[in-house]
Amino acid sequence: MARNPHRGKLIVVEGIDGSGKSTQLHLLDKWLRSLSLNVFFTEWNSSDVVKEITSKGKKKALLTPTTFSLLHATDFADRYERNISPLLEAGYFVLADRYIYTALARDVVRGCTSAWVRKVYSFAETPDVTFYFRVPPDIAMDRILEGRPKLKYYEAGMDLNLSNDEYESYRIFQARIVEQYEAMVQKDRFAVINGTLDIEEQQDVMRKRVLKFLPSNLKALAYSGRGTGGPAV
Amino acid sequence: MTQQITPRPLRFYGEGISYLKRLESKGSLIVIEGPDGSGRSSQIDLITSHLEAAGHAVLTTGLKRSELIGAGILEAKHKLPLGKKTLALFYAADFADQLEHKIIPALHAGYVVLADRYIYTLMARSSVRGIGRAWSHDLFGFAIEPDLVFYLDVPPEELFHRVFQKYGSLDYYEAGADMGLSDDLFESFVLYQRGIAKEFKLMESKYGIVRIDGGRAIPDVNTDLQRRIDDYLASLR
Repeated sequence: MARNPHRGKLIVVEGIDGSGKSTQLHLLDKWLRSLSLNVFFTEWNSSDVVKEITSKGKKKALLTPTTFSLLHATDFADRYERNISPLLEAGYFVLADRYIYTALARDVVRGCTSAWVRKVYSFAETPDVTFYFRVPPDIAMDRILEGRPKLKYYEAGMDLNLSNDEYESYRIFQARIVEQYEAMVQKDRFAVINGTLDIEEQQDVMRKRVLKFLPSNLKALAYSGRGTGGPAV
Repeated sequence: MTQQITPRPLRFYGEGISYLKRLESKGSLIVIEGPDGSGRSSQIDLITSHLEAAGHAVLTTGLKRSELIGAGILEAKHKLPLGKKTLALFYAADFADQLEHKIIPALHAGYVVLADRYIYTLMARSSVRGIGRAWSHDLFGFAIEPDLVFYLDVPPEELFHRVFQKYGSLDYYEAGADMGLSDDLFESFVLYQRGIAKEFKLMESKYGIVRIDGGRAIPDVNTDLQRRIDDYLASLR
């Protein structure tokens, strides 16, 4: 089939918890909507259908790494088949807070081979751009752990037996995920965002990068800053 | 007499399960494949009795029996239509759960594991719905290669009568009703089952699947299967 000329754009943010990626994607979302573009936002592990079925297993904390990986792949596939794929075809800007790289990082840390995880997700379209938010792990984790939140079992990586202390486990787990992300930066052509910059500065870098995906009549508008919240030029 | 088997390494179809520490089997994994109505459960009951009488520890396992997510699968199928990849991954997750929590531990412990269907049914269902065979094969790279795989082959027309006599209706998915093959349920069932049978034919040599004529009477099929299983188990001693 010939490539659809009106195809939308897939924009992804990746990074560990506390790296600031969700805040940035939210601002990008507001900007694109202010330009009257069709935007769809989707986030990791959020399919209602799958959640209903898997919550029982997750509560039991009995999932092996392979099962855990496949349940997240199921969730992703449901969002992909139901929303991401058809909406890209229909010309939407699809904004994904985490994409297959999250699975690659987490599942490999849990012990799945990256070759297998990549094959499982091979049906997923490569994003038009993947913003990777690089922050020193300690800073990101301090942001998250500041309020001593209750960490979920798998979120803290407790299934990996890294430490009996959930905060310590979380720190080790996140540091390993960062290693996996860093190994993907080149291979998967991540656009690296310095997550220690000011929020406005980061957003400016992102908008400049996304600008080239906009229809030509909107480029000028977006540049002039007449679109609400456009980059200060 | 109970057999003393030397542990053999588990063989995987692909990458395997790299985080597993114990990767040997002292038991045997025997798979019975075939559509609904092909007589799988009758055969499994007979084989189980026979093997137990001969002193083997037997574990039976099947698709949709996972405690973790098994019940959910059935509900989800009828509530909201899931996409074909979603469904394929869902079944794979359920299978992985059983493989790691039931099948592999039983093989370590020296059980004869009788599997009422295995990855082949899942791959065949995916293929007839348009999912690439290579992707399905790769997906199950963590599955272990069984010691024996039988496919109970029964013509679709005969299956239709058996299923109808037993249940009084057809299962939605077993009739391929989600695929829009025909408005006529009988025709849809026959077309769907033919498609599945064709997939098994294509998988035969690659996966070492032994075709058994399931159109015969239950005792005849059983004699056939039991002889092959006994021969195999004798060869391990």
